[in-house]
Amino acid sequence: MDIGGINPVILIATLMASAVPILLAALGETVVERSGVLNLGVEGMMIIGALGGFVVAVETGSPVIGFFGGAAAGALLSLIFAALTQVFLANQVATGLALTLFGLGVSSLGGQGYNGIKPPPTEQLLPDALADLPVVGPILFGHDWVVYFSILMTAVLWWVLKATRVGLIIRAVGESHEAAHALGYKVNRIRLMCIAFGGAMAGMGGAYVSLARVPQWVDGITAGAGWIALAIVVFASWKPWRVLIGAYLFGGITVLQLNLQVAGSGIPVEYLSMAPYLITILVLVIMSAGRKGKANGAPASLGQNFHASR
Amino acid sequence: MKRRNLLATAAMGLLLASGGAFAQGMDKVKACFVYVGPIGDGGWTFQHHEGALAVQEKFGDKVEIQWQENVPEGADAERVLTQMALGGCNIIFTTSFGFMDPTNAVAAKFPDVKFEHATGFKRDSANVSTYNARFYEGRAVQGHIAGKMTKSNKIGYIASFPIPEVVMGINSYYLHAKKANPNVELSVVWAFTWFDPAKEADAAKALIDQGVDVIASHTDSTAPLAEAAKTNGAVIGFGQASDMAEYKDGPRVSSIIDNWAPYYVKRVGALLDGTYEQADAWEGIAGGEVEIGEITAAVPAEVKAEAEALRDSIAAGTYHPFTGPINKQDGSPWLAEGATAPDGDLLGMNFYVEGITGDIPQ
Repeated sequence: MDIGGINPVILIATLMASAVPILLAALGETVVERSGVLNLGVEGMMIIGALGGFVVAVETGSPVIGFFGGAAAGALLSLIFAALTQVFLANQVATGLALTLFGLGVSSLGGQGYNGIKPPPTEQLLPDALADLPVVGPILFGHDWVVYFSILMTAVLWWVLKATRVGLIIRAVGESHEAAHALGYKVNRIRLMCIAFGGAMAGMGGAYVSLARVPQWVDGITAGAGWIALAIVVFASWKPWRVLIGAYLFGGITVLQLNLQVAGSGIPVEYLSMAPYLITILVLVIMSAGRKGKANGAPASLGQNFHASR
Repeated sequence: MKRRNLLATAAMGLLLASGGAFAQGMDKVKACFVYVGPIGDGGWTFQHHEGALAVQEKFGDKVEIQWQENVPEGADAERVLTQMALGGCNIIFTTSFGFMDPTNAVAAKFPDVKFEHATGFKRDSANVSTYNARFYEGRAVQGHIAGKMTKSNKIGYIASFPIPEVVMGINSYYLHAKKANPNVELSVVWAFTWFDPAKEADAAKALIDQGVDVIASHTDSTAPLAEAAKTNGAVIGFGQASDMAEYKDGPRVSSIIDNWAPYYVKRVGALLDGTYEQADAWEGIAGGEVEIGEITAAVPAEVKAEAEALRDSIAAGTYHPFTGPINKQDGSPWLAEGATAPDGDLLGMNFYVEGITGDIPQ
C-alpha cells in the first residue's frame, strides 16, 4: 500500500523516531517556561547532552546509562543558567544565549578524541514477533525505549501540569511569582528545579541524536534542533500534547519531504524544503487561534526575574 | 634586470605606504583559514585543516596559522574575513563555495592581503585566487562501483546545494553508474545543508526506505554512512571528502579524499619566496588533490580492478569523465561523439544529463 512510491507505515515509524530529540527538549522547555523562566540555552544543553550521553555510553558500554549521562550533563549545564538567573538575577535572554554558545564550545572541546567511534547500539525494545506485525508492528512496537519514554513523558507532564498540586505550584510561580511568594512558595527554588528538569530533558534529547539517530559524535551534531524545540514550545501554547503534535509534524514533514524527493514527486524541492517550518507554524498558529483573551497562553511572568525583597 | 628593480622599488613603496608586508618574498607568513563547519566533522573541513597543519609542519617557524571554525556563509563571513585581514593575516583561505561574495568584497578593501577561495569562480580583484579539485573524477569511479554493486538498481545521492560543483558530481556519478549498469536509476535528495548530521541521516534513511542500496553523499559528515551501517551490509556508501576509514568494516566501500595539503604548501611557499601570483587552480586525481580511498573487500575483485583502471586512465589523462556523446536532460545535445567537456561548461554546470529524473532547484 504505497502512496506515490512512499510507504506510509514506514514513514510514520520513521517520524516518531526522528521527532524524539525535539520532543524531549521541547517538553523540558515547556516546564521551564511554565514556571516563568525563558531559557534560550536549549541548543547548548542538547549538545552537551549529546556529548555526555555519547561519552558515558562509550565508556560504560551501555546505551541506557548513556541516556542518563546525557540527562545529567544537560541538567548540570542548566544549573549554571539557574545559578546566574535565579541567584544572581542575570538577564535570562542573554544568559540563555550565552549558555548555548558555552555548550557548543565545551562540547567541541570535550568531544576531541571521540570522533569516529561507534557507540553501543540502542536496540528496539519489543521482540521482533511484535515489530513484524503488518502496519501496527513498525508504528507501535518497532521502536527503541526512548520513543516510548518521550510519549510517556508527554502524558505525564500533561497530567502533572493540569491535575496535580506540583503542576499548580509550577503554574502559580510562572503566572504570578509575587502571589506565589506571598503564599509562601520558594519561587527561585521551584524555578531552579524546573530549569534542571528542562536541562535533563534537553540533554536526553541531545543524547538521542548522538546515540540513536546518527549514532556517532561529530562537532555541532544537534545543528539547531534546540532552536526548533524552542519555537515549538511557543507555537504549541505551552501545552504538552500540542508540543507532541508540533514535534511530530515537524519531524514528519521533514521525513516526508525527503521521501517525496526520493520518490520523484515533481514538487519543486524549494517548496519541499521549507514545508516543515511553514506547515508546523501554520498548524500550531491555527490551533492556538480562535480563543479570545488568553489566546497565546504565555505564562504571565515569563522571562522576569524574582527577588523576595521586591 | 632594470625593470625588475623598478618593480621591486615600486613594491617597496607600496609596502611603506600601506604598512603591509609583501613584496619579494617574506620572512614570515601568517596563513589564515576560514571553515564552514567544525574541524571534527570528519569530512570536508577536517581535510582543509589537515592541509593547514601540513603548511605549519612544512614551514615551521616561518608560518603562523590561524583558523576559524563554523563560520556561516553570509554576512558573518565578511566580518570574520575583515577581522582576519586586520589581524595581520597575509593569506586567507576561504574554504566553502558560499564564501565567494564575502571573499571578493573583503579582498577589494585589503589589496595587500592574498585571498584564496575554494570551489568558486569569482576573482574580482588581483589579490583573489580560486582553487578547486576535480571531484567529478572521483565521482566517476564511485559511479562505476555503484552501478556494479547495486542489486535493486536504485542508487542515491545526497546533495547539498544546487551549485555547479554538486551538479557536476551528480552527473559524473550517474553517467558512470549507467555505463556500468544500464538499468540503474538515480534518486537525488537535496538536503540544503553542508553539515547537519541528523538531516543527513534522515536523507539516507529516506533513500534506504525506498529501496536504494548504494548511497553517495555530497554533505560533510559521516552520518549517511552511520545510517547505512544500521542495515548490516545491505546498503553501501562512500567516504566523502575524507577517507572515513572507521566505516571500512561496514558500509564504506571506497572514498574520495580531498588532499589540499600540496596546494596550501605550494601557495604559502610561493608567498614566502616571492613567486606568488594570482591563480585559478583546478587539479584532479593526477595532481594528487583528489585521492580514491582504498576499495574494500566488499567489492568483487574484478569490479575493483575496473574501478582502479578507470582511476588510472583519468590520472593519465587518457580518459575524461565527461566524454561525448552526452545529451542534456531535455534531450538536447551537449557533447558530440568523442568531445570532452570544456572546463567552462563544467564550472557553470546547471543541468542534469539525460536519464536523470527530477529538476535541479534553482
